[in-house]
Amino acid sequence: MAIRKLLIANRGEIAVRIIRAAQELGIATVQVHSAADADSLAVRMADEAVNIGPPMAAKSYLNIANILKAAVDTGADAVHPGYGFLAENADFADAVEAAGLIWVGPKGDSIRVMGDKVAARVAAESAGVPVVPGSDGRIDDLGSARNIALAIGFPVMIKAAAGGGGRGIRIAQDMEEFERLMPQASAEAKAAFGDGGLYMEKVIERARHIEVQILGDGTNVIHCFERECSLQRRRQKVWEEAPSAALPQAMREKLCASAVALAKAVNYRGAGTLEYLYDDASGHFYFIEMNTRIQVEHPVTEMITGIDLVREMLRIAGGEPLRFTQGQVRLNGHAIEVRICAEDPAQGFKPGPGTITSLKVPGGPGVRFDTMLYQGYTVPPFYDSLLGKLIVWDETRAAAITRMARALDELEVGGLPTTKPLHQALARDAGVQAGQFHTRWLEPWLEQNADKLGEESEAL
Amino acid sequence: MSKQILSPLPGTFYSRPSPDQPAFKVVGDVIAVGDVIGLIEVMKSFHEVTADQAGTLVAFIAEDEEPVMAGQPLIELA
Repeated sequence: MAIRKLLIANRGEIAVRIIRAAQELGIATVQVHSAADADSLAVRMADEAVNIGPPMAAKSYLNIANILKAAVDTGADAVHPGYGFLAENADFADAVEAAGLIWVGPKGDSIRVMGDKVAARVAAESAGVPVVPGSDGRIDDLGSARNIALAIGFPVMIKAAAGGGGRGIRIAQDMEEFERLMPQASAEAKAAFGDGGLYMEKVIERARHIEVQILGDGTNVIHCFERECSLQRRRQKVWEEAPSAALPQAMREKLCASAVALAKAVNYRGAGTLEYLYDDASGHFYFIEMNTRIQVEHPVTEMITGIDLVREMLRIAGGEPLRFTQGQVRLNGHAIEVRICAEDPAQGFKPGPGTITSLKVPGGPGVRFDTMLYQGYTVPPFYDSLLGKLIVWDETRAAAITRMARALDELEVGGLPTTKPLHQALARDAGVQAGQFHTRWLEPWLEQNADKLGEESEAL
Repeated sequence: MSKQILSPLPGTFYSRPSPDQPAFKVVGDVIAVGDVIGLIEVMKSFHEVTADQAGTLVAFIAEDEEPVMAGQPLIELA
């Protein structure tokens, strides 16, 4: 049953992105919003808007009862959760379907399996997908955990089974630190996720973060190639590319085939991403987790394949089978996305909400800016700092970096600090240009290049 | 003479370090300069609010989990 009226249970740039896809499909839109977001671009663009609570996300964007009530009151027949908030909440997915609505995403049970990092590891292994050496499941007690740590070798990562998005992770360099961190990690996981379960993984030094975009209709699964997101700060992605700067073609085929195999094994429906670590030196890749939702960095995949992923999500949720065979998905050129956040890179990435006094959006060939900003908009302090994503496409990686530098020079956001100077410095960096990086490359680079991260560096 | 401690940032005010812990300070507590009296969450990052004046806490002006503006009074001291 095709979707007629879609409720967007999210905010910011992704809400705008979803509304655009819905509009192109002739689907009416309902934007739910907190009291702090009444003036948001998504509210202005949607056909209808419903206030679902106070600014605090726990009372609005995470308020399942209010969101479902808004859907019923407006006659919406589908819910798109975006990313973050309730996007990977299996109980919400079930509640949406129980209310007779279409959930734009995988079944609640798929979210449960793939959202539990331990269950996902087990599913990956049984689908023949390599995983990072570690515990075969949850750690039961300190004694057996000690033996596993000795077997896989230090440093080891202690991770929360219910964690994700870079949260709930600790690294122990030796046994003494391991024994000290284990109880802390368990208590913290219990407090943060309501589940103190832990598992362990070997730390892969100098690994790249490479992830595979997949689309499934519950029966068939295709991949849309990979993205590389190795440039991270505090485990948050900063700069994303498609394809990877480093993956040889034969390895790309193996990696993408493994992602399809795993997604097929769980009868995956919708858009999803399988995240891997890739070790250049050994040529090995290891599955780490799956995100059962659209991701922030999805536009780079759209740019290299020409497939509108959000539109496909809506079509699949509306009951259509996949519209592409694997052979029809072609990788063309190179795309890069940078996250423009309301943070000051010259001051330790201090967040800076405020009012947009001026806005100049870059244009020209191969340039896309996904944002919720408009001149005069006041960015509220209650949510994450992402203002927009600048995405460029060009024939080659080198040309895309040149184009990114050009587009960044055109971008002007007045009224608050942004991470634009960081991206300008990265685009000029020889290491970035050579694609010589790994997940722990950026943080020391930031320390060494602190002087290049102010707005004044533009004069150079 | 009443004194107020103002929020240094816009965001969400928390009077407790986490939902299952007691408040940093309660009415009647003696507060010294530099004491942490609460947290402000700005764009998912947490900032401690420290007292820039000393005194006895007589009232919370902002409630736990309340949205606040920069410069808005949080607590009143005597």
